[in-house]
Amino acid sequence: MASMRDIKRRKESIQSTQQITKAMKLVSTVKLQKARTRAESAKPYFQKMYDTVQSILSKSGNIEHPYLTFNGSEKKAVIVVTSNRGLAGGYNNNIVKLVADSGLPKESVEIYGIGKKGIESFERRGYYIASDDSDIINEPLFSDAVEIGRKVLDAYAAGEIGEIYLAYTGFKNTVVHTPEFIKLLPVEVKAEEESEKKSQAPMNYEPEAEESLDLLIPKYINSIIYGAFIEAVASENGARMQAMDAATSNAEEMISTLSLAYNRARQGAITQELTEIISGAEALN
Amino acid sequence: MADKTFRLEIIAPDRIFYSNDIYMVEYNTVEGEVGIYADHIPMTQIIAPGRLIITERNEEKQAALLSGFVEITPEKMTILAEAVEWPQNIDVNRAKEAKTRAERRLSSEQGGVDIGRAELALKRAITRLDVAGK
Repeated sequence: MASMRDIKRRKESIQSTQQITKAMKLVSTVKLQKARTRAESAKPYFQKMYDTVQSILSKSGNIEHPYLTFNGSEKKAVIVVTSNRGLAGGYNNNIVKLVADSGLPKESVEIYGIGKKGIESFERRGYYIASDDSDIINEPLFSDAVEIGRKVLDAYAAGEIGEIYLAYTGFKNTVVHTPEFIKLLPVEVKAEEESEKKSQAPMNYEPEAEESLDLLIPKYINSIIYGAFIEAVASENGARMQAMDAATSNAEEMISTLSLAYNRARQGAITQELTEIISGAEALN
Repeated sequence: MADKTFRLEIIAPDRIFYSNDIYMVEYNTVEGEVGIYADHIPMTQIIAPGRLIITERNEEKQAALLSGFVEITPEKMTILAEAVEWPQNIDVNRAKEAKTRAERRLSSEQGGVDIGRAELALKRAITRLDVAGK
C-alpha cells in the first residue's frame, strides 16, 4: 500500500486540478450563454438569406454564371472553423476528422484556417495551409466573415480554386453540437419542392439576373461564414463546459477513492503503532 | 391612394431590425432610388448606400441602409441588410473619420481595386452623416 504521504500529495494535486476544471466550467457556462443568445438572434438572418438565395436560384431557372458552374480548377478551398484553445473534449478533433474523411484528396485541399487547434492538426497531417486567421474566433465580427469571404472569392474568381467548402460545428442546443461540412461554391440548388410553390410568378431582377447574382452570392457566402463563426463559438463553449463538467466529476470520484485509501492507510499505521507499543510493554514484563 | 398596406421585414445579421405593415418604403438601389407600394411585382434588387424611408400608418421612419438586398414577393417584402442603422445609433465621429480616410485614399490616386472600395466607403460615410443630420 502506498504511504500516507504519497496518497495525501496525490489527493491534493487532484483537488487543485478539480478547482481549475470547476472554474473553467463556470467560465464556459457564462460564455456559452452569451454565445447562445448571439447565435439565436442571428438565426433569422441566415435562414432568410438561405431561403432567399435558394428561391431566387430556383425561380430563375438556368442561369449561366461562374458562381453556379464548375470553373475547372482541381484545387478545393476548405474553410475550417475550430478553437484557439483545447480542453474542449472532441470539439476540434471532430472537425479535423470530418475534413480528413470527407473524401477530398489531401493534395488538392487548401485550408483556410480559423482556430489554432485545427490548423496545428492539419499541419501535422501535411495539409497545405493557405491562410491563418485564428485571432478572429475569439470575438467574430461580421466584417471578419466578409474579409474571409473576399479572400476565397478572389481566389475562386482568379481560377486558383474550383470549389469552396466550409467545416464548422453547428450548434443545435447546449448539449448537441454536430460537425458540419458544407459546399459553398459552386452553389448547389436544392431540388424545388413543387407542392408548396404556388406563386410561380417569375422573379425580376434589378440589375440583370447575372449581375445580381454577382453581387448576391458574395453576400450569401459571407453570411454563411459569419453564421458558422457564431455557431462554432457557441459549440466550443458548450463542448468545453461538458468536458470540464466530466473532468470535475472524475476528479471528485478519484478524490473519494483516494480519501478512502488514505484513511485506511492512516488506520493501518495507528493499529501498527498500537501493536508495537503493546508488544513492547509485554516484553518488559 | 396608398391605403393598402404590406408586410416589410428588415433583417440584420444579429437581429430582426424592423417588422411591420406599412404603406410605402423608399430606398436606394444600385440602379437608382425607388419607392415600393403594396402589390409590387416580384423583384430582387441590390441595395446601394442611401436613406431608407418607411411610411407607416401614422408616421414616417428613417434609417441609414448601407448594404444588402431586397426581395419582393406577393406575400411580403424582405430587406436583408448587412448594415442598417437608426439615426440615433449612428456613430457620427466614426463616420466622419471614415469619410476623411476614404477621401484621402481617393485623392492619393493609386489605381487598382482599392479605388472602388474607397468610393463605397465614402458613400457609406456620407449616407451615415446625412441620415444622422450632421
